[in-house]
Amino acid sequence: MEAEVVGTTATGQCHVHFCKVTKRFGTRTVLDGFNLEVPKKEKLALIGPSGSGKSTVLRILMTLEDVQQGDVLIGGEYLWRHAGAKSEAASEKDRRRIRQRVGMVFQQFNLFPHMTAVRNIAEAPIKVLGLPREEAYAQAISLLDKVGLRDKADAYPAFLSGGQQQRVAIARTLAMKPEIILLDEVTSALDPELVGEVLNVIRLIAQESDLTILIVTHQMGFAREFANRICFLENGQIIEQGPPDQFLDYPKSERTKAFLRAVLAG
Amino acid sequence: MNMIFNWKFAASILPALSQAGVVSVWITFVSFILALVIGLPLLLLRRSSIAPLAKTTALGVDFIRNTPLLVQLFFLFFVLPDIGIKLTPVATGIIAMSLHYGCYMSEVYRAGLEAVPKGQWDAATALGFSGVHAYRSVILPQAIPPIIPAAGNYLIHMFKDTPLLASISVVELMFVSAQIGSDHFQYLEPISICGLLFLAMSLAGAELVFCTEWAIGRKWRRKW
Repeated sequence: MEAEVVGTTATGQCHVHFCKVTKRFGTRTVLDGFNLEVPKKEKLALIGPSGSGKSTVLRILMTLEDVQQGDVLIGGEYLWRHAGAKSEAASEKDRRRIRQRVGMVFQQFNLFPHMTAVRNIAEAPIKVLGLPREEAYAQAISLLDKVGLRDKADAYPAFLSGGQQQRVAIARTLAMKPEIILLDEVTSALDPELVGEVLNVIRLIAQESDLTILIVTHQMGFAREFANRICFLENGQIIEQGPPDQFLDYPKSERTKAFLRAVLAG
Repeated sequence: MNMIFNWKFAASILPALSQAGVVSVWITFVSFILALVIGLPLLLLRRSSIAPLAKTTALGVDFIRNTPLLVQLFFLFFVLPDIGIKLTPVATGIIAMSLHYGCYMSEVYRAGLEAVPKGQWDAATALGFSGVHAYRSVILPQAIPPIIPAAGNYLIHMFKDTPLLASISVVELMFVSAQIGSDHFQYLEPISICGLLFLAMSLAGAELVFCTEWAIGRKWRRKW
C-alpha cells in the first residue's frame, strides 16, 4: 500500500524533484539530464525559448508524458524511477494517487465544451473524488465566485471569452484540491486585454493558499512580481536560475541576456 | 405495352406495395441498429494495442467495405449452404447489411473520436478521470454529435440498398413491385410507385436525421 518514500535528508522538503531526467520525442531530446528541486510552497517560473522543454517539465509532472531516464518524484513518491538503463513508471494505481496531488491549467483552456461552467468544475469532484452532487455544485459555485464568474455558472464555454474560460479552467483545477498547480502558458492564447483578469486570479489563489506553483510564462513582469525563483531553460537544461530581481536585472550568461533582450523588446 | 399511367391499377396495387415498403423499412432499421452495435467492437479491435489483432481487423473491414454488397449477399445465401449453414432470406439480408454497414460505422466512429481535440484527453487525465470515465463524461459526448450526419447518411444508403435483397427473394418493396409488373405485364405503375415510395421514405429519413442532429448538442454549440 505505502509507496516508497525517499529519506528526508536530500529530498524530504522537496515537493517536486527531477534528477538527471532525459526525455526524447523520437530522436529529438527535449530534456537532457534535467535537474530541478522545488520546495513546498515555492512559486517557480520556468522561462525559455520555445522547444526548450519547459512545457514538457509540467506535462511529465501531470503524467501526460513519459521519460526515458532519470528520477521524477512528487512529494517524496517516485513517479519515474531510474533502474538499470532506463526509467520505470510507477504503477497505474500509484500514478493515479500522485496525479490527484497535482493540477494543471492549459494554454488552450481545454474546458469541456458540452458542459456548463459549473458542471465543468463539479464533474471531476463527483466522478473522481465521489463527492455528493449538491456538495460538488456548491463548491463549484463558490469557486466561480472566487474567480468572479458566478453569473456565468450556466454558460457553456463557447459563450465565454477566452479570459473567462481560463478563469473557469483555474477554478476547475482548484476544485480537485491539488497541492501542486502547473500553469502552462495560461495567458498565451488570450487577447492582450484579457491577460490581466487571469493573472489577477492567479495572484489571488497564490495569496490564499499554500500551493506549490510551477508556471511557464512569457510575461516577465508577472514572473518578477509573482515568482520566488526564475529558471531559464534551453535545450532541455537549466542554464541559469535565481530570484527574480537578480535574474532579470543582472543575468549572468550571454544566452540569458540575449533571451531577455528579445522578450523584453517584444 | 400501354405507356399511359393507369390510376385505377395503381390504386389497386398500392396496399401490397405499402406492405412491402414496411418490410423494407423494418429490415433497414434492424440492420442499422445492428450496424451501429457491430461498428463499436470493430473500432475497439482496430485501436487495440495488440498489433496482429488490430491489423487483422483492419484487413477484414477493408475487405468487406471494398466488395459489393450484392456479392456478399450471394455468398451468404448460395455458398454457405454448401457448408451446412442455411439461413432464411430475411436473416441473410439483415446479416449482410449489418456487417457491411457495421464496417462503415466503425470508420464513422473513428472519425468522430479523432475529431475530439487531444487537449480534452489531457484535461481529463489532469483531473484524474479513469479511462472509462473520460470516455463517458468527456470524449463520447463530444464524439457523437458530429457523427450523426454521417451515420444518418448511411441509414439512407442502407435503405436504398434494400432492393438488392430482392435478388435473394426477400419479399420487400422491389421484389413485390417487380412481381406485380411481371404478373400483369405492366411495369410503369409498380416501378414508379416503388421509386416514389423510396423517395418519400428517404426524405422522411433525412428529416429525422436532421432533427436528431439539431436536438443533440445544440445547446453547447455556438450558432453564428
